Amino acid sequence: MDHPVPKSAASWFYVFGSGALVIFGLQVVTGILLALLYVPSAGEAWNSLQALNHDVALGWFLRGMHGWGSNFMVAIVLLHMVQVFMFGAYKFPRELTWVVGICLLLMTMGMAFTGQVLRFDQDAYWGLGIGASIASRVPVMGPQVVHLMLGGPIIAGATLSRFFALHVFVIPGILIGLVCLHLLMVLKLGINEWPMPGRLVRRSTYLKDYHDLVHKDGEPFVPYAIWKDVFFAGILIACIALCAAYFGPFGPSGRPDPTNIQAIPRPDYFFLWLYALLALLPPSMETPALLIGPVVILGGLLALPFLFGEGEKSWKRRPVAVISVLLVAVALGTFTHLSSYTPWSPIMDAWSSDPIPDTDLAHRTALERQGALVFQQKQCHNCHSLGNEGGMRGPALDSVATRLTQDQLIRQVIQGGGNMPAYGKNLSPAQTTALVGFLETLRPAGQSPARNASEALAEQGPASSPNSSAPKP
Amino acid sequence: MSDQESLSRRAALTKIAFAFNAVVGVVLAVPVIGYLLSPMVRARKNGYTSWFALGAASNFPAGQTRLATYRNPIANAWDGQTADIACWVRNVDGSQFQIFAVNCAHLGCPVRWFPQSGLFMCPCHGGAYYEDGSRASGPPERGLFTYNHKIENGQLWIDAGSLPTPGGSASNRAKNGAPCA
Repeated sequence: MDHPVPKSAASWFYVFGSGALVIFGLQVVTGILLALLYVPSAGEAWNSLQALNHDVALGWFLRGMHGWGSNFMVAIVLLHMVQVFMFGAYKFPRELTWVVGICLLLMTMGMAFTGQVLRFDQDAYWGLGIGASIASRVPVMGPQVVHLMLGGPIIAGATLSRFFALHVFVIPGILIGLVCLHLLMVLKLGINEWPMPGRLVRRSTYLKDYHDLVHKDGEPFVPYAIWKDVFFAGILIACIALCAAYFGPFGPSGRPDPTNIQAIPRPDYFFLWLYALLALLPPSMETPALLIGPVVILGGLLALPFLFGEGEKSWKRRPVAVISVLLVAVALGTFTHLSSYTPWSPIMDAWSSDPIPDTDLAHRTALERQGALVFQQKQCHNCHSLGNEGGMRGPALDSVATRLTQDQLIRQVIQGGGNMPAYGKNLSPAQTTALVGFLETLRPAGQSPARNASEALAEQGPASSPNSSAPKP
Repeated sequence: MSDQESLSRRAALTKIAFAFNAVVGVVLAVPVIGYLLSPMVRARKNGYTSWFALGAASNFPAGQTRLATYRNPIANAWDGQTADIACWVRNVDGSQFQIFAVNCAHLGCPVRWFPQSGLFMCPCHGGAYYEDGSRASGPPERGLFTYNHKIENGQLWIDAGSLPTPGGSASNRAKNGAPCA
């Protein structure tokens, strides 16, 4: 047990890999315990989860451990990946370790997706529909892929059963095999030394240099370096337990009932970025992005150590690497944050539960107030906010009269445009007049309304135009 | 028997043993792969959709769009509520019907009908459709999925049974353009 590692490898930055392994072990144990009661049947899964939550001693805590464990797992795996990337640990001779690691990442996301399906509530049911819709876009084979994924024509018992088999047998089996391979290579090739700016990796010299470093300036892994891994593992498990105890388990939310069309599905946090991306991509770009994007990204990740296997390891000399990681982090963070309040979704009950602010109704004529009524009845409030209440899909209309003239308002309401549907068929001329009348009053005090400059000029008559050469009437 | 002869006999028997295993493996692979691919094969052979009655046509008054639910024709006993499927039935003018799937044509979330504004709205990514199912705004690239239907003896019959998806089968490909696009 005298496996020497570079002294610099005993760093807190290096604990994420073992942390992921510990969480994997935790998930296996909690998963087995959950499987003692969980029923993977479409008709009974939800009931068995309720039994776990309420009828079994500390069942809710166990569910919480497993659910929060999965959240922490994705986070730790991503941290580990970023650390390995920033420290150049994917370079020679550890290319295959990186490749296996990418496969592990894919398997982890697979566990995340199949796991949230097993919760089999409303979100899981409609989430499966979203997955099937994405899978159907595969060219030529689309419908067949969907039937394979669902195990039949619809999301039903066969679907849950095959996701159960994937989540409990297939993917964990692959994970165990890949983790053993990953660990074997770490043992064989040694832990990456702390990168030094200027100390380049060269295939011809690295192996000898590393060997010298480890035997000259190395320490046995146990106990010199391992204590930090063990300590971090304890912190991780304690944090997961605290989250489980304080926040409780995740759902289940409503029953997986396809006839409940009031459902507003949401994925677990690790897929929120995809939720935002699918809402914001231009429609025609979506299918190419979904089919080609993952291939390009995976191809790039897998090719990384073979394209950049030599050279600088330190992030201080790798600006492209640093900027790439920052870019990805900011993008993922922004998308995830947007999905926390989904500005693109109409608020389905705003038209009936968010009132028009009093300030928008005071000192209005009867026609303008009728227009406010039309605004509510036609669900305008679902997409447009007034006084910070209502949907955010369209622009807030508190000052719309300063931006659009009467003609523009009439045209926008009747013909729509951009992300707005046309309301012409569902508004009578009287309703349109009232609605536009109301909208024309929506401007802050002291700001003048939008002005049609050419109309004003035309109303003054041609004689008063400075460039006019027409004779006076 | 000399050593050479017994070695070559042994080698030959080894080859035969491996070949026999290969044959057994291939023969066994057929039902295993057939089992794995059965959802695909069944769709090809019999199709998943069939005709069944949704209810009396008089249940759907003219000029209105109403939610109807049915038990999927292909359902297992343990499917529970997941085999109860909903659809939007629009009676256009008393004799013509349109039956829409509740699944948004973008990614399948359930769309809601608002009779006041005559719009279907999807809660997930903001897709919207007009009364006739054509695309109004948002991420969907096409109008709502429609089911083939007919009226026989005052009953509304629908040809359904499979989850509609954007890349789905030809019967769902009734692409509707926006009215003024």
